[in-house]
Amino acid sequence: MFSLLQQTAPVVVEESETVVITESAEAAGHGADAVAAADAAHGAAGHAASAPGMPQLDFTTFGNQIFWLLVILAVIYWVLSRIALPRIGGVLSDRQGAITGDLMAAEEFKHKAKEAEAAYDKALADARAEAGKIVAANKAEIQKELDAAIAHADAEIAARSAESEKRIGEIRASAVEDARSVAREVTAALVENFGGKPDQGLVDTTVDQRLKGVLQ
Amino acid sequence: MAEEEAGGLVFHPMDQFVVKPLFGEGAVNWYTPTNATLWMALAALAITALLVFGTRGRAIVPNRVQSIAELLYGMVHKMVEDVTGKDGLKYFPYVMTLFCFILFANFLGLLPKSFSPTSHIAVTAVLAVLVFAGVTVLGFVKNGAHFLGLFWVSSAPLALRPVLAVIELISYFVRPVSHSIRLAGNIMAGHAVIKVFAAFAAVAAIAPVSVVAITAMYGLEVLVCLIQAYVFTILTCVYLKDALHPAH
Repeated sequence: MFSLLQQTAPVVVEESETVVITESAEAAGHGADAVAAADAAHGAAGHAASAPGMPQLDFTTFGNQIFWLLVILAVIYWVLSRIALPRIGGVLSDRQGAITGDLMAAEEFKHKAKEAEAAYDKALADARAEAGKIVAANKAEIQKELDAAIAHADAEIAARSAESEKRIGEIRASAVEDARSVAREVTAALVENFGGKPDQGLVDTTVDQRLKGVLQ
Repeated sequence: MAEEEAGGLVFHPMDQFVVKPLFGEGAVNWYTPTNATLWMALAALAITALLVFGTRGRAIVPNRVQSIAELLYGMVHKMVEDVTGKDGLKYFPYVMTLFCFILFANFLGLLPKSFSPTSHIAVTAVLAVLVFAGVTVLGFVKNGAHFLGLFWVSSAPLALRPVLAVIELISYFVRPVSHSIRLAGNIMAGHAVIKVFAAFAAVAAIAPVSVVAITAMYGLEVLVCLIQAYVFTILTCVYLKDALHPAH
């Protein structure tokens, strides 16, 4: 683009030196021949600086403006496309990313909080269940010990009462024996006192027979 | 147009548009640094200051200057995307270049004693021709002969289509003309009118009216500067859309 301009721009300048294209020059050029037109153009050239019609139509400055415009446009384009726009685009996408990331992190934290709450609830329920279990276990153990103690006590009682029974039986048996021997002796003594001759064998059987209904 | 009037008023409304060498007198060669060069360079500097130095913080939470830069970026980016679609975003840097250059050249031209490069048809015509040529080449490269479908209105009755094709063809080639003259004309007219009002301020009796009028015109010009930059850019986008999707 610039090389093309460099080729064309001097041509514009050359033209401006020889033939200044102003309205007056064109007006003169219509009627007169080429030499007259050139003279009029030279006259207009000196005049042009002080009294231009529209500076926008002063073609002598076009090459200059176009050249500098292209230079400036190239500079701005370079600055924007290489530095400014990637940077701003990066900042904008970074911000978008940061916002999205923060939102996601917040979501994550919310999720974690919910999880923690669930874990807490679960732990609480577990603890309750555990406590219940321990209570039940203790209760069962106590019950077992109690049962064992009761059984033990029952056995003791049974043993003791059996022993007492035996002793009572013994006492009773000895009492019966005592009573029997007393009765035999009394009977033998009575028989002796009545003047009889106690037959030991007969006395015994008779006493036993008589006692049969009384004792036992 | 330096005409002496009866009241001694001197009007030079067009003098502000004269392209002069920056240093000394002499001919304006194609390489001479002129006032046009200066103000175009200032526009480039201002754009760099806003879009490069304003965003050097790359802050997630932007400061004021960065907000403005992001606002401009967002506006043009959205415009390109809305008008041309996703595949037009490739050309976003150039559209952004056009918008920024015209916007800043317009606004800098509103400073007193400044020079408006965009009031010159030489500048706006180059901008418009670049768009026109670029869009036309792009249309043929992307769509081949289908690009000519732009001129063949297939929804119209068959008998009307040749007529419409001629009209479409003419309107297509008028595009760069209207595109460039609209911008240069608006800027030039506004500046010239302000200058005329300013010349009236030399007469004490009407000076207050003149000052009020200048203020009002200046306010209008601020609007026009923004709107013309916007219009130029959105028309560029519309032409770009025609090149990318020539079907009616």
